[in-house]
Amino acid sequence: MANAAKRFEVIPGQPRPQIAFTEVTLQLGGKTIIENLSLGVRAGEFLCVVGASGCGKTTALRLAAGLYQPTSGRVDFDGQLMLHPRREIAIVFQDYGKALLPWRTAAGNVSLALEAGGMPSAERPARIEELLRTVGLPGHAGKYPAEMSGGMQQRLQIARCLAQEPKTLLMDEPFGALDAMTRQGLQDEVLALVAASGATVIFVTHDLDEAIYLGDRVIGLLPHPGRIGIELAVNLPRPRDQLSTREHPEFLRLRRQLFDFIKATEQ
Amino acid sequence: MTTDQAKEKGKALILPLAVLLAFEAWARATHLQSDSLAPPSEIILALAGAFADFSILTATRDTLFSAFAGLAIGTVIGLALGIAFGISDTLNRLMEVTVEAIRPIPSIALLPIALIALGFGYRMEIVIVAFACVWPILILSRAAVRSIEPRLMEVSRALRLPAAQRVWKIIIPAALPRIFVAFRLSAGIALIVAVTVEIAINPLGLGAGIMLAQQALRPDLMLAYLVWIGVIGYALNILLVVAQHRLFGRAALSGDSA
Repeated sequence: MANAAKRFEVIPGQPRPQIAFTEVTLQLGGKTIIENLSLGVRAGEFLCVVGASGCGKTTALRLAAGLYQPTSGRVDFDGQLMLHPRREIAIVFQDYGKALLPWRTAAGNVSLALEAGGMPSAERPARIEELLRTVGLPGHAGKYPAEMSGGMQQRLQIARCLAQEPKTLLMDEPFGALDAMTRQGLQDEVLALVAASGATVIFVTHDLDEAIYLGDRVIGLLPHPGRIGIELAVNLPRPRDQLSTREHPEFLRLRRQLFDFIKATEQ
Repeated sequence: MTTDQAKEKGKALILPLAVLLAFEAWARATHLQSDSLAPPSEIILALAGAFADFSILTATRDTLFSAFAGLAIGTVIGLALGIAFGISDTLNRLMEVTVEAIRPIPSIALLPIALIALGFGYRMEIVIVAFACVWPILILSRAAVRSIEPRLMEVSRALRLPAAQRVWKIIIPAALPRIFVAFRLSAGIALIVAVTVEIAINPLGLGAGIMLAQQALRPDLMLAYLVWIGVIGYALNILLVVAQHRLFGRAALSGDSA
């Protein structure tokens, strides 16, 4: 495990990881949430993080976002120490209902990210329309979040994140609250969006199938305190397909391995 | 409003009307002679008289001017402090003792000081009303800012919104429904305090009108003023409730009982 943990370090001839956790420990209120976590994420990689509830996967994501600071160790982004959130890193929260501004329309919510980036107001409407079209919400610009379904609200949050033109997209169980059909549709859309933009993704989920289906690599965390327990490279062909990918022998093999791991941690 | 709700409201009027009619009947039967009571019919006549000679309208204008000016000043100060204390824990801890020491002072206790400093008239009354209005606005807007959905604050941090934009685009809109409830509460307080100051000492407005009627041994006119103040307070509250529903819709329903 020690070798695997050190893997992110700059090796001559290999690109520097975009996001690097170096022996990160986080304590909150006297409890150790994450202990000695080392992890490197390559630019353009799709990394999925799974684990039993309470294993610190959401906390790890907030560390990557710069919303939390580690108690010890360091988090670097593009070789720079992360001291605060950055415009290049966008985060999609699970609870879309709380993360959207209820008093702003869909267009207004997307606009917030553009305003924060200092885009002149004359240029915003065209960009907003383009972003809403990208996430499949054309014609809903004037609707308030309360008038939209859960899936649409989550699309809207993704549009707001894309407005940041992020190098890294952090997603915290983004489809956890959605029904199975909506979830599968959004999985494919996120894969297409990421393929088009080349963004790095860290995707936290408790759905093991989802993790394997989406990721280039899946990390399983052990709880109390959170640390890496398993790391699997996903060598499934892209583009992925809801039917054939999920029937692929490699998919089934990884699924078995991940289920065994999670089952073992829950005992 | 549905017809059922209208019927319910109608039923609620039956008892007060019955009491008034009974009182009228009793006053006539006993040929009521009193310095403090008058039959409803005489109160209505006195009210009509006060409207006819514009005296009650002038008094209403004076009282509402003082109450609204004080409310506006108190709201601006209370809101600025409440938002600042809600955002900054350090500032809140620094000021907490001061606030808790000043807040319990009844606003009317400032009357002697305000009178010496400012004399009779609008200014003195406005200052006292403003003092009374600052506290509910401060306390409630501070609580409103603190109870803003933490996810929204994370969103504003992740987007790197500058501090001024964070206040203007996230904090104020998110807290506004609850701040408006505080404003409604303070509007009621403003009217009460303004009339109290007028009854105690300031020779203008509706409070002074009540005192004049009392000293002239006109219980009918005194009670007419009382009824009229009640009508104004009721109308003011309805106006603000309607405004609240128009502005915030369902978001404000939780504040209905305030």
